[in-house]
Amino acid sequence: MSMNRRDFVKTTGALAAIGAVGLPNIALGQGKKVVIVGGGTGGGTAAKYIKMADASIDVTLIEPNKEYYTCYMSNEVLSGHRSMDSIRHGYDGLKAHGVNVVHDAAAGIDAEKKVVKTAGGQEFPYDRCIVSPGVSMLYDKIEGYSEEAAQKMPHAWKAGEQTQLLRGQLEAMEDGGVVIISSPPNPFRCPPGPYERASQIAMYLKEAKPKSKVLILDSKQKFSKQALFTQGWEKLYGYGTDNSLIEWQPGPDAAVVSVDADNMSVETGFGDEVKGAVINVIPPQSAGKIAIDAGLADDSGWCPVDKKTFESTIHPGIHVIGDACIATTMPKSGYAANSQGKVAAAAVISLLNGDEPGTPAYVNTCYSIIGKDYGISVAAVYKLSEDGATIAGVEGSGGLTPMDAPEFALAREVEYAYSWYNNIVHDIFG
Amino acid sequence: MATQTKKLALVGSALALCLSTSAMAEGPTAKMLADTCAGCHGTNGNSVGPASPSIAAMDPIVFVDTMIAFQNGDTYSTIMGRIAKGYTEEELEQMGEFFHKQEYVPAEQEFDQAMVDEGAKLHDKYCEKCHIEGGKPVPDEEDYYILAGQWTPYLKYAMTDFQEDRRIMPKKMARKLDSMLEDKGEESLDALYAFYAAYTDFESSGAGDDDEDED
Repeated sequence: MSMNRRDFVKTTGALAAIGAVGLPNIALGQGKKVVIVGGGTGGGTAAKYIKMADASIDVTLIEPNKEYYTCYMSNEVLSGHRSMDSIRHGYDGLKAHGVNVVHDAAAGIDAEKKVVKTAGGQEFPYDRCIVSPGVSMLYDKIEGYSEEAAQKMPHAWKAGEQTQLLRGQLEAMEDGGVVIISSPPNPFRCPPGPYERASQIAMYLKEAKPKSKVLILDSKQKFSKQALFTQGWEKLYGYGTDNSLIEWQPGPDAAVVSVDADNMSVETGFGDEVKGAVINVIPPQSAGKIAIDAGLADDSGWCPVDKKTFESTIHPGIHVIGDACIATTMPKSGYAANSQGKVAAAAVISLLNGDEPGTPAYVNTCYSIIGKDYGISVAAVYKLSEDGATIAGVEGSGGLTPMDAPEFALAREVEYAYSWYNNIVHDIFG
Repeated sequence: MATQTKKLALVGSALALCLSTSAMAEGPTAKMLADTCAGCHGTNGNSVGPASPSIAAMDPIVFVDTMIAFQNGDTYSTIMGRIAKGYTEEELEQMGEFFHKQEYVPAEQEFDQAMVDEGAKLHDKYCEKCHIEGGKPVPDEEDYYILAGQWTPYLKYAMTDFQEDRRIMPKKMARKLDSMLEDKGEESLDALYAFYAAYTDFESSGAGDDDEDED
């Protein structure tokens, strides 16, 4: 085929192409306006990659915050091994790529009229919209928990103020205290996150408050990278012994069902009341509020999408990426959101040009730092299944750090975790 | 072209069908595949460190060979074996071509300035014959490995893997390495790392550019 579809559309004319080929939902030859809702990992990546590939496309990124704190690596802030500054990223890099960054909150998306409306009363018409809103905390799933209670019992599952609050509480805690982490049911943002958090806090306690401990009250019976975490905890934190710095209790008995923020206690599914000196409640989650309000989510609370383009199967013309979308076997991770941002960017460019979107490629890589010189990882390379219904891991590839990995390998994984962090945030915001 | 255009216009809907099927069968573009690497190896393959190597401007054959050695375990890796197995040889070739075309941005990192000159001499004597022009990228040549401006922790990991039999060392390299370590001791490696970290201005004359290197 010596002539691609773009040339074909250009030479025969947009109207003729629509008549002859009959492709719906493609804005041929009109303005190329993309509005991106949410300036986190997915949204930032999509904005940058659209601009890098085709600077003529008008890209507006709507994000209320002037600075973004990455959730990934924020567990190192909790242990005191990383500064808040190092997880804070601004939008100058994206502006330099020609992205129009608007600091306002998206208040609604009119999928019929193709307009994003903001809390500040602005309206942004689009040809294609990309929604990357992250997650919403479902406070009401835990009795007594609320945005207000989260000031006493922080979730710290969106980095920033909440991270600082939890770090402050850990620093203020007297030696001998119990730090409770309430871990949510699936699916949720960053599946290994609560366990890396337990590890990082245990590292801090070991250094500064060795009579204290971390108690994980889980909603689940098993968790991500469990065998590797368990082995790391045994080696570093006495896991399984009477003096363990970490204790894990599985659900549903241990699941936190209600909290009393004034009394600093939680109640489990079994009916036990447990007191904590510091209580980190990571509640159940759904797609970010704007996605729910725009009607992009189904009954599960997450957004169904075409796996090839991340275009919503509910509202054509809107693509949903990152934690908010249902990406089948891809986890809700930073790397997944970054990877999906690139797939959506390429699809949006193709669709704006009247081309058939190309075949996607996706990857996830996720590191967890269990302690000093002790890192583990999971990786996967994905392809679109033949029927297009699933994003499936390529057979024989991917997987976890092997058990019993030698010390030098675990130490390298920490250096690669830092490289992953520096490179991914540069890939998004740089 | 003009005749073809008219013909294409006539077969409109049939063409659309044929295009969409062929697009699926074709697999991802080189860019789509290569972009999946950026999260760890940097945008367009230029890593901002501290340990993941830059893969921009790599020799495409070296790229494919390296990935296949990760796949089959000939080269030890923490994570790359797991990732490399996700791609076919054809896909790896496409990715290699993509990265070969990217401009290399040397790493900015700290190094021991006092060891750089010694490292340059060692490079000239023991390494330059294969790692020509001071180990900088030479995209018009074949079979080159980029050492200049590469992240030092990565070079150290790779060298340790060679020495610990976790990576196959070419016979010539083994001979040169043995002879260097025998003559100059283990510190000679640190001097080499300092030289490669310092050599980031490829316009300047680096090691290997002068002839007065034999002692």
